[in-house]
Amino acid sequence: MTFELAATVPSRGLDVRLDVAEGRTLALLGPNGAGKSTALGLAAGTLRPHDGEITLDGRTLAAAQDGRRTAWVAPHRRRVALLAQDPMLFGHLTVRENIAFGPRAQGATRREAAARAHRWLAAIDLTDLADRRPATLSGGQAQRVAIARALAAAPRLLLLDEPMAALDVDTTPALRQRLQHLLAEQTTILATHDVLDALVLADEVAVVDGGRVVERGPTAEVLSRPRSAFAASIAGLNLLSGTWTSDGVATAGGEVVHGHGAPDVVLGTAMTAVCRPAAVAVHLTAPHGSPRNTFRATVRSLTPHGDLVRVRTDRLAADVTPGSVAELGLAPGREVWLAVKAAEVDVYPV
Amino acid sequence: MSAPATRERAATTRTRRDPAEVPAGLPRWAYLPAVVGGLFVVLPLIAMGTRVDWSNYGALVTSESARAALVLSLQTAVASTLLCLVLGIPMALVLARGRFPGQGLLRSLVLVPLVLPPVVGGVALLSTFGRRGLLGESMEVLGLQIAFSTTAVVLAQSFVALPFLVVSLEGALRTAGERYDVVAASLGASPTTVLRRVTLPLVWPGLLSGTVLAFARALGEFGATITFAGSLQGVTRTLPLEVYLQRETDPDAAVALSLLLVAVAVVVIAATHRRGAGGAVR
Repeated sequence: MTFELAATVPSRGLDVRLDVAEGRTLALLGPNGAGKSTALGLAAGTLRPHDGEITLDGRTLAAAQDGRRTAWVAPHRRRVALLAQDPMLFGHLTVRENIAFGPRAQGATRREAAARAHRWLAAIDLTDLADRRPATLSGGQAQRVAIARALAAAPRLLLLDEPMAALDVDTTPALRQRLQHLLAEQTTILATHDVLDALVLADEVAVVDGGRVVERGPTAEVLSRPRSAFAASIAGLNLLSGTWTSDGVATAGGEVVHGHGAPDVVLGTAMTAVCRPAAVAVHLTAPHGSPRNTFRATVRSLTPHGDLVRVRTDRLAADVTPGSVAELGLAPGREVWLAVKAAEVDVYPV
Repeated sequence: MSAPATRERAATTRTRRDPAEVPAGLPRWAYLPAVVGGLFVVLPLIAMGTRVDWSNYGALVTSESARAALVLSLQTAVASTLLCLVLGIPMALVLARGRFPGQGLLRSLVLVPLVLPPVVGGVALLSTFGRRGLLGESMEVLGLQIAFSTTAVVLAQSFVALPFLVVSLEGALRTAGERYDVVAASLGASPTTVLRRVTLPLVWPGLLSGTVLAFARALGEFGATITFAGSLQGVTRTLPLEVYLQRETDPDAAVALSLLLVAVAVVVIAATHRRGAGGAVR
């Protein structure tokens, strides 16, 4: 492994174990305050571990035993570059000088640094803006420059902390694609709460919640078969946990959820049932007919979700059309029935 | 904070105030005391201007003693401003960025010269660097005599001016935060490189205004200087001391020299204000 981190920071409630292989991208997915930024801070050297060790290319960046520091490499000697939510470009330098900052700081000659800045300017298609000041750039342009500046420093590990969070919705897809291209060979840790970032950019996902890694695996697997409630909610999926019975997944609430397919597991195995909100129908009275899973639920909130409205309840989330919301008179507090076809529910062992 | 909001703010600081904007948080009655306050500051300066003997102005301010005082004032004020920068920038850095026990106490102590009557500052300096002072005796052994020399003038001015620089720069450093420094370090810049290429440019407006304040305070220093350095023409008699002395014998000369001090202050503030606004870093 190129990068390995196993550390605790009790003051921030963090206890994580992470590793990234050469050239791969690991996404840390988790809600705000889950400990993603703390983990990045440990790698960058803005935070000290209380216990544990952090290594990059076999070199110990930081190590501590029970609060006593046993090894420490200063942030500027780590070759770990950080890109935050805000571009944080140096306002007194031009775009070109910003990109050349890393090479210059690491001892490259003026000419070498300029050549490297030129190459990265071309890579982000902003050669025309080389002599502009950061204040004159758009948000998307500024973030592209920030990416080029980080990569021009030739980091062995790149840390991206919610790199798309501060951008307009319109700029995000283009930047995401560009990042995908630029990060192809770069060892990277990406902290995000956006499932799309993880899908497009990451080879692997570690779901962080409450300062711990609660789930870990290849991106597609984690997002299509989430085992934790958070992974399911960010994947936009409904998740019901229970145990396997001959009939289906029996939840703690006493319901039995029917899914499609019969997993090859013994009775009593811990199971997860997953369905997409779009597969959930909302009714005012108990629905009849075809093999369905039905749940009594209370509406908690209504939020726009693309062209649909996401109805969150105390049970599952459902995506319905604005027309249905009006027709059913949906509002927080309203009692409803939720129905999901068995064919729309995936069940698998946890 | 979202990027569009950042851009918007950048735009409003660049452009002039929008005439369509309605001022908020300004009760109308505030104008009256504000105008009185403004007059209280400006009127004495105008009054002094009316008392100037313009026909002899040139002769009054170019007399030998006046010229010597002006030259000495400028030299010592520049020297003490430099001393304040050399000592004050690291002090502000340590106070703003360092983490050590007693930091709060140290921050309060730095402010002492700000609230101390300058005469008391002079007495304190005398008990340190005077012939019988704490350090003075051992320095005298080395052949160094500080009290009642030009060096004493510089020390007196630095003593009273230092807090102005430290306080403005420390405030600017705190406002700027450490986020840019973290990014710069992650790009491979050593702490000294970060200071030189990122931190100081970032706090440039605060550093500049602190420097101007320190220079102005040094230029106007009177109490500590006369106590610690005395009033020797060409050696320790700076312009404020000369004004005070002339007031007894030649009031016209005192007024003329006062106006000269005002002019120097206005020129310094105007020059730095324009440069500060133009070279400000976001």
